[in-house]
Amino acid sequence: MSRLKTRFDALSQSKRKALIPYVTAGDPNPQVTLPLMHALVSAGADVIELGVPFSDPMADGPVIQLACERALMHHVRLLDVIAMVAEFRKTDNETPVVLMGYLNPIEAIGYERFADAALAAGVDGVLTVDLPPEEAVETSQLFRDRGLDTIYLMSPATSSARLKQICEYGSGYLYYVSVKGVTGSAALNVGEVADKINQVRAMTNLPLAVGFGIRDPQSARAIADVADGVIVGSVLVNRIAELAESPDLIPEQVGQLIADMRSAMDA
Amino acid sequence: MSIETEQTAKQTYPDARGHFGPYGGRFVSETLIGALEELEAVYEQLSKDPDFQAEFDRDLAHYVGRPSPLYHAERLSAKVGGAQIYLKREDLNHTGAHKVNNTIGQALLAKFMGKPRVIAETGAGQHGVASATVAARLGLECKVYMGAEDVKRQALNVYRMRLLGAEVIPVTSGTKTLKDAMNEAMRDWVTNVDNTFYIIGTAAGPHPYPKLVRDFQCVIGRETRVQSMTQIGRLPDAVIACVGGGSNAIGMFHPFIDDTSVRMIGVEAGGHGLATGQHAAPLSDGRPGVLHGMRTYLMEDDAGQILPTHSVSAGLDYPGVGPEHSWLKDLGRAEYVAIDDHEALDAFRTLTQVEGIMPALESSHAIAYAMKMAKELPKDKVLVVNLSGRGDKDIHTVADLDGITF
Repeated sequence: MSRLKTRFDALSQSKRKALIPYVTAGDPNPQVTLPLMHALVSAGADVIELGVPFSDPMADGPVIQLACERALMHHVRLLDVIAMVAEFRKTDNETPVVLMGYLNPIEAIGYERFADAALAAGVDGVLTVDLPPEEAVETSQLFRDRGLDTIYLMSPATSSARLKQICEYGSGYLYYVSVKGVTGSAALNVGEVADKINQVRAMTNLPLAVGFGIRDPQSARAIADVADGVIVGSVLVNRIAELAESPDLIPEQVGQLIADMRSAMDA
Repeated sequence: MSIETEQTAKQTYPDARGHFGPYGGRFVSETLIGALEELEAVYEQLSKDPDFQAEFDRDLAHYVGRPSPLYHAERLSAKVGGAQIYLKREDLNHTGAHKVNNTIGQALLAKFMGKPRVIAETGAGQHGVASATVAARLGLECKVYMGAEDVKRQALNVYRMRLLGAEVIPVTSGTKTLKDAMNEAMRDWVTNVDNTFYIIGTAAGPHPYPKLVRDFQCVIGRETRVQSMTQIGRLPDAVIACVGGGSNAIGMFHPFIDDTSVRMIGVEAGGHGLATGQHAAPLSDGRPGVLHGMRTYLMEDDAGQILPTHSVSAGLDYPGVGPEHSWLKDLGRAEYVAIDDHEALDAFRTLTQVEGIMPALESSHAIAYAMKMAKELPKDKVLVVNLSGRGDKDIHTVADLDGITF
């Protein structure tokens, strides 16, 4: 059974919601990532979304674009990110890790080679932002045959026919994009999110996580009330950017942001 | 005219999901799928709607000034001393380039869809100007994303856009050129999709853009076919066009696809030379990958990161290419070559001095290759070069290289 299923089942039994931080691997330098991942887990993260740097992150806002640029200054490649997960697994064999990024770095090394390397390193799921289900027929099968979960996005503009299709293709969890916009956008409407989540819940038993626009303990709590998981990215990456000149402080301070959200969600 | 109805160019590609063989497709975030599906449905319907087609044709005739002439460059041909060189004069279109054929079409789509706001990305600024122009004419709000580097290189076009009422946003992320402008425009579109139409400037991006831009630009090749029959009495031996994203080239090529006697030659930007790696020639020196919503030939490193490009012409300075070109390359139906900065600049000067026609630096790449090729061919062969734009916008670039400041 995948680590994601184990983790979400356990959370469901204890009536808790998943807190899922996103950080870009190698931002602001490759040495920070491993201690940061452990710090996130200590602070209460249930799943880690580890961003694979890409030169042209079209669906992301300026915050994540800059994170990619910082990581790429150190030439952090997809295989380096997979190696970071392998290191992480040496001391943490429970926390699920999802690689989130764009298709081209995966195409560049080849789907099979990627899937084999990711699985061997202990990666649990893959979220490829620019690979919607209709383009993913072969890769989705290949990944799932190897036991890698394939996580797909849903958005406010996704038709109900597509929601059904995505529910069939998805595994691990489903990622609902809460706002029309790129990562880091504002204007989260919890009521609208709740309506959509309820609509999707009637179609699937997969856990439903919500991301985009969650920036503080209050919004994390509000989303936790309606969804199975809360994904936070830009607010963490912003703090990393602020601390880029003193990277030693990053694990503790970014961990603190997660700890505050955890407390609010569990209160 | 009968030749037009006899034409049998394959209209069957892309397939229903926007694939040209292994290329094209719709590799975008879920957040954009709804908008692309809506656009596809509207375009499917309108492209078969006689009223829409009539309005498009009327605008091309009375606003753009079509048909553009097919001009026999006799002095240039004589100077080269080989095949006859004809120029398809897209530079004479309103706004000075082929770009307007497409922006007229897409702005009409925006109008039919009731979108009050249009956005565009631009490299050299020609597409930005063409978008700002049609937006002004239809009373639409217009925002143009342009790489900060290109804003510097193309100050004249930036000012033109502002005069036309568009807001020009310099993009400072990444390499600060066309690809980054396209990223930024996509982000705007995702955020404002309800009231915004994204006018993509080249036959690239996610389905249905490569198809609809091609369809709007095909007027170039259709006219060329008719004009060739009328003026020369036969089809040309080759059609030659520069390729950045590839919209002027696909517009010229597509109507000739079934005419196997007509060679189709796309000319990429060789920059400082293919061997230096500093160029913008993914078909000549790249490999397939996924960027900007499509699978196509790209300039990328081993890890799949997109590489910075270089060309003296901002309009060709793009690491990808429209997916139909990738497919035509693999099929062997079209040939792709590269011309470097120096060769393009020489062609710019030659055409200006010999014919009194100042070509855009983009189009100068196609001129340069045609001159090379014509030299090797007998005098009864005919080459048609798509002169995709005029060179006024490039005067500052050329003057800079000459060490002249105004």
